[in-house]
Amino acid sequence: MISLNWVKDYIDIEKEDLKELAVKITKAGINVEKVTNCHIDNLVIGEVLECKDHPNSDHLHICQVDIGTKTTQIVCGAPNVQKGIKVIVALPGCILPGDNIISAGQIRGEESNGMICALFELGLEEKNEETYAKGITILNTDLKPGTDANIALGTDDTIYELDVHKHRNNDCYYHIGFAYEIGAILNKPVTLPETTYQEAKENVNDYMKLKVETPKCPYYLAKMVKNVKIGESPEFIKKRLISAGMRPINNVVDISNYVMLEFGQPLHFFDKNKLGNQILVRDAKENEEIITLDGQKRILKSSDIVITDGTKPVCIAGVMGGENTDVDNNTKDILIESAIFDAVSIRYTASSLDLRSEASIRYGKGLNYEYTLAAINRACHLLEKYADATILSGMIVHDRVDKTEKIVEFQTEEINKLLGITLTNQDVETELKRLDFTYTNQNNLFKVTIPRRKLDIDPNVNDIAEEIGRLYGYHNLVSTLPKVTTRKGIYVGDVKIRKEISKRLRTLGLNETKTYTLTSPEMAKTFKYEDKQPITLPNPMSLDKSIIRTTILPSLMNVYEYNKARNIKDILLYEISKTYDINYTEESKIAILMKGNYVINDWQKTTIKCDFYVLKGIIENLLNYLGFKNRYNFIKAEVADLHPGISAKILIDREEVGILGRVHPSLKKDEIYVAELSMTKLYNKQVKPLKFKEASKYPEIVKDVAFVTDNATESNIIKEQIKKSAGRLLDSVEVFDIYENIEEGKKSIAYKLVFKDPSRTLSDEEVMNVFNKVIQEVESKTNSKLRS
Amino acid sequence: MKEKAESLIKEVESKLQTVKDLKEANELKVYYLGKKGPVNELTSHMKELSPEERKEFGKILNDLKQSITTSIDTKINAFETAELNRKLVSEQIDVTLPATKIPTGSPNILEYIIEEIEQVFMSMGYDVVDGPEVEEDHYNFEMLNIPKGHPARDAQDTFYIEDENILLRSQTSPVQIRTMLKAGGNTPVRMICPGKTYRRDADDATHSHQFMQIEGLLVDKNISLSDLKGTFDTIAKELFGENCETRFRPSYYQFTEPSVETDISCFVCKGKGCSLCKNTGWITVSGAGMVHPNVLRNCGYDPSIWSGFAFGFGAERLAMLKYGINDIRTFYQTDLRESVNFDRKVGE
Repeated sequence: MISLNWVKDYIDIEKEDLKELAVKITKAGINVEKVTNCHIDNLVIGEVLECKDHPNSDHLHICQVDIGTKTTQIVCGAPNVQKGIKVIVALPGCILPGDNIISAGQIRGEESNGMICALFELGLEEKNEETYAKGITILNTDLKPGTDANIALGTDDTIYELDVHKHRNNDCYYHIGFAYEIGAILNKPVTLPETTYQEAKENVNDYMKLKVETPKCPYYLAKMVKNVKIGESPEFIKKRLISAGMRPINNVVDISNYVMLEFGQPLHFFDKNKLGNQILVRDAKENEEIITLDGQKRILKSSDIVITDGTKPVCIAGVMGGENTDVDNNTKDILIESAIFDAVSIRYTASSLDLRSEASIRYGKGLNYEYTLAAINRACHLLEKYADATILSGMIVHDRVDKTEKIVEFQTEEINKLLGITLTNQDVETELKRLDFTYTNQNNLFKVTIPRRKLDIDPNVNDIAEEIGRLYGYHNLVSTLPKVTTRKGIYVGDVKIRKEISKRLRTLGLNETKTYTLTSPEMAKTFKYEDKQPITLPNPMSLDKSIIRTTILPSLMNVYEYNKARNIKDILLYEISKTYDINYTEESKIAILMKGNYVINDWQKTTIKCDFYVLKGIIENLLNYLGFKNRYNFIKAEVADLHPGISAKILIDREEVGILGRVHPSLKKDEIYVAELSMTKLYNKQVKPLKFKEASKYPEIVKDVAFVTDNATESNIIKEQIKKSAGRLLDSVEVFDIYENIEEGKKSIAYKLVFKDPSRTLSDEEVMNVFNKVIQEVESKTNSKLRS
Repeated sequence: MKEKAESLIKEVESKLQTVKDLKEANELKVYYLGKKGPVNELTSHMKELSPEERKEFGKILNDLKQSITTSIDTKINAFETAELNRKLVSEQIDVTLPATKIPTGSPNILEYIIEEIEQVFMSMGYDVVDGPEVEEDHYNFEMLNIPKGHPARDAQDTFYIEDENILLRSQTSPVQIRTMLKAGGNTPVRMICPGKTYRRDADDATHSHQFMQIEGLLVDKNISLSDLKGTFDTIAKELFGENCETRFRPSYYQFTEPSVETDISCFVCKGKGCSLCKNTGWITVSGAGMVHPNVLRNCGYDPSIWSGFAFGFGAERLAMLKYGINDIRTFYQTDLRESVNFDRKVGE
């Protein structure tokens, strides 16, 4: 949150319309999500001239309040209201947070022309037992009754709430950085605050020794101040901290926060007399303990950084100080720390301790070492001014900071090419000046030094193009299309077959689902029809999403349950998804689930129910479509979680590519049919290109024959024998009738044989010869008899 | 002879008067024109005649046959027409009875958006590419200018599988990396890669631990941010109509520089301000930018010669906006009552 009153200290925006400015800032890259004008209308300072008990109440008071223009009567219930105090008065017409509209009226028979307020009623404090018990707010002010109370409260401010992208936090989450951004947009200079102070003769180096033993602290500065007077902060500091969302505590603590919000550099104040005379910065020891400011015991890891007094930790670096050295009301001497710690380490520590503070967030984004120094001086300046501190001379310094300058060389043409615009050298210079970047331009070659505060900018031309582009305004870009060669895009790899399969299955009436890749251990236990181990996530969010599936079928069962619970009877589903096993082997699979009716016409009694053969038909249709005609077959097989009598494997060229069958009644009683095929295997198989085949011009001869065989004999056994015996004259053979239990344990299967020759008309005689041979050989080789 | 023929015709004519139905008419035809019928009987006398008489008699016989056939067939036709008309009257159906329900399969709602975007980009020469969902940290982060410890990783709270090396991809960008590497640093790339991605978000109405991104990439010579704007305009108009306006706002992504967020004008309020666009008149639909020189270099492209842009849409977000869906879980539940109602030809 940025207070615009505060920003005014560094840049002249007095004449700006702050709502319009917010739009400009947003267009230039920092999203101002909300502009809040904090001013509350009809809120004035009042002085209580008289305070009597209400005759009809045990706690209400009747007050006569001077509101400048007149004296008015207000009924107030707070215990601390009394004669002679200055208070905040909400007059009739005032709208308080929560759309609480104040109006004149009567309270238990007594006239009341407004409300005397507490800070929580104005939304400036949280409403809780503590603030409620305090009663109304008593103002300690010289302002006269009738004055706009917003001035006393600091609510005459405008606040921007920012959604700053991660890289910009470190140059815009503090008021000076934000002022620079406004400066670039409005082309105005930024003035930095005062950092001067008087120094005493005593030197900090006489009191403190510093040692840094970890490479994770490249920069450590400390100064010492003596004889601070702890008290309340001046009003402007309190107001600004409140505006920025921080609670004022006392002048010393407030100054450390104030400087952080100015320069983005967090400071830490140690009570020097509790600390001793040594600072040692080092990596924490595994399981080392510290009690932090908030009274919590923290157990540290060796990846954390600690500030110690030589032996025991006194602060978790960049995250939170220790209770043993904190500043309290009796503190006299302070050691001010201003440092840079390894950003990754701070982020890691803050998240592992679950201690995200304003300070740790800033350390975690990286800091500008120039401001590390400026901030410590600014803190001394303010402590001298507002806490009567005596500043010791000298500074404790550990400096391993990389001060290499970030320099970019580029030509205007490169910027133009990247953005698709036509800037001149002159334009580029104007933009660089606005950005406050120092540069030289020799023979059309710009050499730009990136300011330290712009931590987000890397030394390459794209970054400069971005800075210039966002100020130039992306809304000013012209839309063009890339000048590239014309071609038609294609589906690469197995994307095409996936699309084709998906469309075919939809055409066949199945509905596409998308389900979660991550499943529960219970789901992963079902349909384990392959010898595959799934991947289990080492740190899942929850158990029900802890395993990467090897099969889609359990997920389809969930979709089935979901729809069944919603009273849907006919459920036809498919999904195509990638699956993985523990070896990270990827296999794309096609899963199908069918339950209920497929084709429905009840009144004509021609409804077709989903069963094994409908599902088989869908799979055959798909495989034929993909070009596998005559290459696949279905063989009976026991498959995990499928009905042992109603399940099969699907083979192409003798390789298993999938399974189908009815869901095992012990898993689910409902009559559900499922199939799963490996799309990866289908994709990897070669398919012949499409070729036209002319239909035969010559007539065909059809012969029907029925054989009686054991109930258990599969129709394919006889079919295969027919094919074998008939030879090349046989065009096709198909079962067209089944008669179960024609006699004890026997069934009859009728086949239709079609004979055809593409080059001539067949004679009855030659067909009869083949037909008789077929009958004879089927009888002798397949344990079947011709049905008489 | 001639008299005989004439009397035969008269005989047939008179018999036809009394014929009652189709059956009798057919019988009459069989009788008179059959092998042993009176016409054939006359024919058998031919051999008794002289050649001249035969010629004349042949003609008479032919005329006779013709005449009888025509008369009887006329009668037969009349009967047949009458019978068909009778049949047509009796064969009436109730066209309001329910149809035989042929199952219609519908795509997942996300597929509508994906298909539409794919078609637009394929027509502009972009290939549709797929990539692994179990991915290496190397492709998901490092090659994309996001080294270990970088704060950008915090935002994409990732499902790690093996140490910090194998993960469920948190974005589809690794497919771009793989495609660029395959192209070898010296050929242009134009591709989109719709696919599933995973982040550690608790599922609720607006968050999903699994979601679909549609990212795209173009690498060539002389590609500019204006080209990205033109490309985005094209897709925005395809998806949201000819009147859709677009806006770029500066943004930040680790793998693009400059980066932008791309907005479309609010199609509900037409820019006036409403709850959908949070009173701004604009809706953010994607992130994009010029491919970061480090990313180009990582993939073997010299940034002083090659440049490119990349963009990424959230399929769920687009579908929610376009079809007015409020709960992201809708896409992963497959409530058939919803998806079947949603069944309509894609892209029209």
